Amino acid sequence: MDKMPKWADVILIPLISLILAAILSTLVILAIGENPVEAVNLMVTGALGSTYGWGYTLYYATNFMFTGLAVAVAFHARLFNIGGEGQAMLGGLGVAMVCLYVPWPHWSIALLAAMAAAMLFGAAWAAIPAYLQAKRGSHIVITTIMFNFIAAALLNYMLVNVMRPAGSQDPATARFPEAVHLPTLHEILAPIGINFSKAAPANISLIVALLACVVVWALIWRTRLGYEIRAYGHSETGAVYAGISPVRITIVAMLISGALAGLMAINNVMGEAERLVMNSTEGAGFIGIAVALMGRSHPFGVFLAAILFGFLYQGGAELALWTSIPRELIVVIQALVILFTGALDNMVRMPLEKLFLALRKEAN
Amino acid sequence: MDSFLTLIQVLDSTVRLATPLLLACLAGLYSERAGIFDIGLEGKMLMAAFFSAAVAAVTGSVWLGLLAGIAASLVLSALHGLASITFRGNQLISGVAINFLAAGLTVLIAQDWFQQGGRTPSLFAGGRFEPITFPFSEALSGVPIIGPIYSELLSGHSILVYVAFLMVPATWWVLFRTRFGLRLRAVGENPAAVDTAGVSVVGLRYAAVAICGVLCGIAGAYLATGLQAGFVKDMTAGRGFIALAALIFAKWRPWHAMWACLLFGLLQAVALRFQNIDLGGVVIPVQAMDALPYILTVVILAGFVGKAIPPKAGGEPYVKER
Repeated sequence: MDKMPKWADVILIPLISLILAAILSTLVILAIGENPVEAVNLMVTGALGSTYGWGYTLYYATNFMFTGLAVAVAFHARLFNIGGEGQAMLGGLGVAMVCLYVPWPHWSIALLAAMAAAMLFGAAWAAIPAYLQAKRGSHIVITTIMFNFIAAALLNYMLVNVMRPAGSQDPATARFPEAVHLPTLHEILAPIGINFSKAAPANISLIVALLACVVVWALIWRTRLGYEIRAYGHSETGAVYAGISPVRITIVAMLISGALAGLMAINNVMGEAERLVMNSTEGAGFIGIAVALMGRSHPFGVFLAAILFGFLYQGGAELALWTSIPRELIVVIQALVILFTGALDNMVRMPLEKLFLALRKEAN
Repeated sequence: MDSFLTLIQVLDSTVRLATPLLLACLAGLYSERAGIFDIGLEGKMLMAAFFSAAVAAVTGSVWLGLLAGIAASLVLSALHGLASITFRGNQLISGVAINFLAAGLTVLIAQDWFQQGGRTPSLFAGGRFEPITFPFSEALSGVPIIGPIYSELLSGHSILVYVAFLMVPATWWVLFRTRFGLRLRAVGENPAAVDTAGVSVVGLRYAAVAICGVLCGIAGAYLATGLQAGFVKDMTAGRGFIALAALIFAKWRPWHAMWACLLFGLLQAVALRFQNIDLGGVVIPVQAMDALPYILTVVILAGFVGKAIPPKAGGEPYVKER
């Protein structure tokens, strides 16, 4: 017998956690002497008040959907992939190579090739920690953290010593050719008469991200592999009895996770910067953790949480622009969300479970 | 003679750079030996670095700064304990949250207090830990070989450096020669047995997490008031994770931890001084030196060169009855 109805687990607990995080964030804003109501107003108008704001919100949300899905898939196999950041960096490297060194006739073919390269590079970066976890029992959290740092060093080397155009001081690749320019929301929506901001970076990758949500949902709940991943995540011994190979599931789940994280690069590298720069991921790999936790590892939850974090990111940037509140406020909010929805989950859950048990007793 | 002096200088900066790693590494050692994984070392150090620099800048007293740093780090430790011991949450997720909390709060508070773009004012005399000069170091500096070793390498560090290295035998003694240490290690291997013996698992684990907080606090204070003169945004720069790597490299043993931290400190010192190293045709890029601690750790974790086996109950919340 479940202690709680399903809706409480899926909606009530994340909601309470979110409210707790919001209350603490408000206290933080008050503590640094700013007006929280004004701050929220600024964030809402800045992030949602114009198509320009929406364009940025959706751009960030696209990044977070990919990394959130990446963390979520690994969570289903009870693997904690902190390496989304490194996998996304490597994805960027793959995208840059495809875009720079191959002359593409049209962006659509280039996008498909870039997606393949991004997924391949991201998955490859997840493959070694996955193999070590599956075969040698090395803790995947530690190895993926280490691989984040190794990825940063590798990217640094590639940008400074290999891919930097001659004569340039900037540790970045050359700009991608015009042919691989991805259509922005402005260009997509103009033919149907919607005037979307031209300057905003949201692009066709958003649609890829939405498709990825659907594909991941189908994979996890509608395929044999997804069933095996969930079974393994639920109980390793149970899965072994059912003839599911832990080695295979660990490696496959991590490869999918890495591929999803890497796929983010079509948005930030190909869609926005149109060249590979240092620190292009801007911590999106880590935000994926918060997004997956808040979205309860369900693609729809991830979608909602990604939009929320996109809003926070763009709103936070506006706040930093117009007030003396630095952008790091968002990092604090992100930390609080991870804390309440992840680490302190039981603090919210235990009293609620007691409450529901008491209610059920009374009903009987 | 010239290359000998260079060597001494590199080793000298190795000692300095190894100090925060060593303190954080020993901090993690206590926590993980008691079965509480801590990937929040970085955050605790960062928080301590900010509060020690801020209080030292305002009061002019580096000792008050040190206390403030330790207190700030202890608050985060308490949070980690609350999440992972009391509420039996996921210790890794709690660590991630603590790292982000520290990264955000330090800049936020720094901006509010000092309006200098997320940094503290530079610290002057009194606000910093001054180097301690050993007796006769001036007189002995002319003696070949021994002179430079004594006056450059051993003498002239701030007190926290010596504290860090003294913590190594102290930690060894506490863990392997005292009753508390035995229980602490037992609680990381088999908490049920400790519980059966009538010793509080929760109490021991909180104690370990608190010691971890104190040591991280000293590490952070050293960063901001010893190694550098003030706090800057994200100044820990991954040191907490290198310390974690060193801890695995050392297989959770104090003396080995010291050697691992010295090795990683040496890598940092060499990378700082030489940038790209030319080994007769083959150039080792500086990035390779940056990545080496992490690569070595992965190799050790992979178990191809001596397997690193963590404390058995590490990461598992203890539930009294099943």
